[in-house]
Amino acid sequence: MTNYNELQECIIKGNRIKARELTQECLDNGNPAKEILDEGLIPGMAVVGKKFQDGEYFIPEMLVSARALNIGLGILKPLLEASDVKPVAKVLVGTVKGDIHDIGKNLVAIMLRGSGFEIIDAGVDVSPEKFVQMAKESGADILGLSALLTTTMTAMKDTVDAFQADGSRDKIKIMIGGAPVTTDYAEKIGADGYAPNAAIAVEMAKTLVGGSR
Amino acid sequence: MNFNSLAYDTSDEMMFGKALHPVRCGFDLVLGDGLVLPEINFTLPVMQVDNSNIKAILKQYMEMVSGVLQRLVILQVPGAVIEFEHAPQMTENVDMGARITAQTRKLMENYYHDHGLKTALRATICDIREKERPPKMRTGRAVGQMFESFKLNAQRGADLLSIESTGGKEVSDRALMEANLPGLLLALGILAPRDMHFLWKKIHNIAQQENVVAAGDSACAFANTAMVLADQKYIPNVVAAVVRAMSAVRSLVAFEEGAIGPSKDCAYEGPVIKAITGFPISMEGKSAACAHFSHMGNIAMAVTDLWSNESVQNVKLLSGFAPEVFTELLTYDCRLLNEALAGGEEDVIKRLLVTSDENKSVHALIISPDSSYDIARTIVKEKSDFERTRRAGMAACNIIRAAVRDKRLSLPEKEMVYLDRFQNEFEKYATEEHVLEAALPDYAELVILSEYGL
Ligand code: B1M
Repeated sequence: MTNYNELQECIIKGNRIKARELTQECLDNGNPAKEILDEGLIPGMAVVGKKFQDGEYFIPEMLVSARALNIGLGILKPLLEASDVKPVAKVLVGTVKGDIHDIGKNLVAIMLRGSGFEIIDAGVDVSPEKFVQMAKESGADILGLSALLTTTMTAMKDTVDAFQADGSRDKIKIMIGGAPVTTDYAEKIGADGYAPNAAIAVEMAKTLVGGSR
Repeated sequence: MNFNSLAYDTSDEMMFGKALHPVRCGFDLVLGDGLVLPEINFTLPVMQVDNSNIKAILKQYMEMVSGVLQRLVILQVPGAVIEFEHAPQMTENVDMGARITAQTRKLMENYYHDHGLKTALRATICDIREKERPPKMRTGRAVGQMFESFKLNAQRGADLLSIESTGGKEVSDRALMEANLPGLLLALGILAPRDMHFLWKKIHNIAQQENVVAAGDSACAFANTAMVLADQKYIPNVVAAVVRAMSAVRSLVAFEEGAIGPSKDCAYEGPVIKAITGFPISMEGKSAACAHFSHMGNIAMAVTDLWSNESVQNVKLLSGFAPEVFTELLTYDCRLLNEALAGGEEDVIKRLLVTSDENKSVHALIISPDSSYDIARTIVKEKSDFERTRRAGMAACNIIRAAVRDKRLSLPEKEMVYLDRFQNEFEKYATEEHVLEAALPDYAELVILSEYGL
């Protein structure tokens, strides 16, 4: 049985070159791609997430680790796809129509990606219709909406309504966030949840897909 | 005009309420002429903003502005600036923004005639160029709309024109998250100043044609983003403080192109601008806690001419609607400073404002009058915007290091790592060419260089 400590350490330190070498080496030794992912790459990134939560790491360190993780993932991806291994869930994220504040949304995406979610980023100033269309095309399990302006929050409601009108509301969980947004507002517009920050957004995404399966 | 000297001989000469070149505007108002005056800003509560809702929008603004003006009269305020900061839809839909301006102006005029209340109206147009990504900063459709909005707002009653412009932000956003110095130098030293020259030349022309004041810009998109990211512990505070110093150079460009103040309230780099230009500045601190957290509640006041609440939405509080409540808070802040000025006690108050915050956070340290003066001196020694930006960043590093060495400021090791790294990298990336070579492989996909004249 392979000891994955070294591979985990590469992810924690963000050592891209070594992450590539070791992932390949594990494969060459005949280890299954899913095992390398579950016991090497993901636990490494989990430590990074914990270090960030504990205030030991900043986002820049986390991004360096995420890059190392992506290199490993890139090597494993064709094999994982061939054996039909799926990500935790697909999340479509975007900033609502009229709004271009996207730093918060980007952070949520980074943290979700680090926790094994597949992210489809719709960008900024995204209309309700475009969200509906992209959700269909991507088969997203969760829609994550961000708004920073009191004058664009109503576009969150418009988006929830657009899914309702399209008849696809029950196929997707909707999570919302952004400085002026509240739990009350989420309830009021019929979203499935509100997250005040990126870490809680990850927890919420896990709960939302857990609940839907 | 390229400023190559400082407006003041020492930082002690910089004082709240007094600018070397006061600005006359609006209804008989003079800014920076011996008084600190409130600048009040407000915004809509959660509501739909489009033409179908224009009646309700105008009603909200009517309620907010009337409430504010009434309280200014009751509190016998000697003068105030009212800021109307556009939501994006109000710039895109040029007529909507202009209607709100016209209505606000009319109310101010009535209060001037009926009560002698001296006010001026600042219209802050929204930089709407960035909806397209990568943004078309010079050739996109939004560019024309923005300039049209400046013009129409000036014609309908704005006295002061401002914007929180975003040239370079497309690169800075990512560079900040990565704490990547070549990326930040590309954004702040190369792209942002070029965009500021382009933009402010035009804004100044419009202001001249319409006989209003080209007031100033803010590095909100860079330094305030960095500040809130650092406050949420996403990036090091040291990085945010260094970015603040670097961003003063792009904000200064507005003045080189003809702006005369007051600078924008959320431009915490204001003291650097005042040190160089002698024009009045607007600042925000403790009484803007409604809009965002900061470590600079008192120190931000030390050399300001206008004192602002940045933004508060129109919600009902126990004593009234939020914009009125914040008008009252600002009024009492200003009264205290003006009393000190009248009684010759301003040095004492200024010292307390500074010392109460200065060594409690690296960002407060960087905007102190002494640090700002040092950074300003470094800037005016250089000719090019790039070299000014680089040197301003280096000056900030030196100021922080000296404070840590003298045990005035304590910084955890994980912050010091970034200070060391940035200091080394400022030496390494010494020319535009070096920066472009280092940054473009990572950032080229985010930016259209020709939109910056490159
Ligand atoms: C999917 O599920 C989820 C779950 C959680 C989610 C989530 C989604 N999305 C966010 N979260 C949560 O997790 C994140 C990480 O913990 C958090 O995200 P946040 O985004 O809250 O936090 C980020 C990590 C850091 N925070 C930020 O990046 C926002 C900070 C503040 C200062 C701010 C910034 C930086 C900017 N701004 Co803007 N800006 C302000 C902000 C003040 C504030 N109090 O928020 C605010 C929001 N802006 C405001 C304004 C007025 C404007 N801004 C504008 C522009 C900008 C900049 C471009 C300069 C810059 C944006 C940079 C960027 N790339 O996003 C303009 C509008 C542009 C537009 N079309 O949208 C403009 C209209 C100004 C103008 N006239 O030009 C104010 C809103 C007023 C209102 N009516 O609501 C404001 C409160 C500042 C103020 N003036 O008081 C959580 O909220």
